[in-house]
Amino acid sequence: MAIRKIYLDNNSTTPCDPRVVDAMVPYFHDVFGNAASRSHPFGWMAEEAVDYSREQLAKLIGADPKEIIFTSGATESDNLALKGAYEMYARKGNHIITLETEHKAVIDACKRIQKMGGDVTFLPVQRDGLVDLNQLEAAITDKTILVSIMWANNETGVIQPMKEIGEICAKHGVLFMSDATQAVGKIPTFPKEVGIHLMAFTGHKMYGPKGVGALFVNRKNPRVKVTAQIDGGGHERGMRSGTLNVPGIVGLGTAAELARLEMEEEAKRLSVLRDKLEKGLMSQLEECYINGSVKHRMPHVTNISFKHVEGEGLMMTFNQNIAVSSGSACTSASLEPSYVLMALGLGDDLAHSSLRLSLGRFNKEEDVNFAIDAIANGVNHMRDLSPIWEMYKEGVDLESVEWAEH
Amino acid sequence: MAYSEKVLDHFKNPRNVGTLDKTKKSVGTGLVGAPECGDVMRLQIEVDENTNTIRDAKFKTFGCGSAIASSSLATEWLKGKSIDDAMKIDNMDIVEELALPPVKIHCSVLAEDAIKSAINDYKEKNG
Repeated sequence: MAIRKIYLDNNSTTPCDPRVVDAMVPYFHDVFGNAASRSHPFGWMAEEAVDYSREQLAKLIGADPKEIIFTSGATESDNLALKGAYEMYARKGNHIITLETEHKAVIDACKRIQKMGGDVTFLPVQRDGLVDLNQLEAAITDKTILVSIMWANNETGVIQPMKEIGEICAKHGVLFMSDATQAVGKIPTFPKEVGIHLMAFTGHKMYGPKGVGALFVNRKNPRVKVTAQIDGGGHERGMRSGTLNVPGIVGLGTAAELARLEMEEEAKRLSVLRDKLEKGLMSQLEECYINGSVKHRMPHVTNISFKHVEGEGLMMTFNQNIAVSSGSACTSASLEPSYVLMALGLGDDLAHSSLRLSLGRFNKEEDVNFAIDAIANGVNHMRDLSPIWEMYKEGVDLESVEWAEH
Repeated sequence: MAYSEKVLDHFKNPRNVGTLDKTKKSVGTGLVGAPECGDVMRLQIEVDENTNTIRDAKFKTFGCGSAIASSSLATEWLKGKSIDDAMKIDNMDIVEELALPPVKIHCSVLAEDAIKSAINDYKEKNG
């Protein structure tokens, strides 16, 4: 019997939808032209395909096609938005506000900006992962040029109050940028409705190809510009040079269109499966905790800590069959667990004990049933092996134990 | 990162999992690591006082696969060894036997610490 392989790590990446691949294929050989070649039909046809994809993307996010800048992915889009805005608006100020729970692409770009002389505030989040709006507003100064807050968190799926953040930014006349990588194509994301001026996203999180993404740049009221971070032929309205990845862009556009048409139904289906997965685990295992707001989160994600079980070891009990992620970082030299979970105020022990399960378009109910059994068995196996579980069961106060930290 | 066959074997079929009565004079207990660091090992030995050899060894570990395999292997090695020989077990022996990658060397260090800590506990009890 073949080993059953179930993929529950869709926040890391998603498989390409076969319909996306079908749309891309002709653009590798039949229509291979350079979209910037204005002098012959090979170029015109490639440009036409790119324009069509731009429309598909614009429609998904309620934007004008001219507001879409193609990039190599969300990391590049985040870098372009942050560093590009920092340079472009240097005369206005040098202060950026973001969150401790942002993706590394935002955090590390901001740290670079600090080295360049910028002033960055990393705001903490509340226990449920949400930003404290009063704290955000209080952090804005006359030097603040931009607030960067992700739409949905990659580890917990927690959705930030985008409209309220947009209102605060508008009130103080600062730009609002969002890394919406985990949200676009999964839930409605309309930057103009919530007052976002710059929004980064990517293809491979929404069943499109890897290596292609986009940055939404608001064009009117206000007209926003970012300084290019890659110099060259002046493509993408001068904001991102480099020959366009036409097959990738066609794939991204197709993925966007499929997402627009199928998102609502898919989100409903996945939230039912996610809830089943969660209930299946929580009902038969003691001492499990869901991390992050249960009310404000993505429909397909859950992040659960299983007390007194180490996440990486737990994954090893079933990773021949099921792919998930853990907030434990036992592989890194620092042994630091997930900074996102730590920012939620979890103790190190619970952060080391977490699993992130993210469902996707190609998961079926059988997958969830199989995963419930396999994960529950794994937790029980690990608890049988765990000295701290035994101590906990014997009523030992683990806080009072003098651990030999190493 | 792929695990070695030996790590997988010890992880799936851990040897000598369990608990010895730590109040007994013949039992030495070592508890090392911390929950905040992501691994805690408890290793116990029962010593035959006439021959000074380790009659039984048990462990329980909270940690990753390599930590569990390291402590499982340690209990296998300890059984039948004299206390003096047990003190000589070096973490690099464990690294070699289990083919642990560099990021997992700390698991073997923890196992060596657990062995020494269990032996010291026994020695303290028996003056």
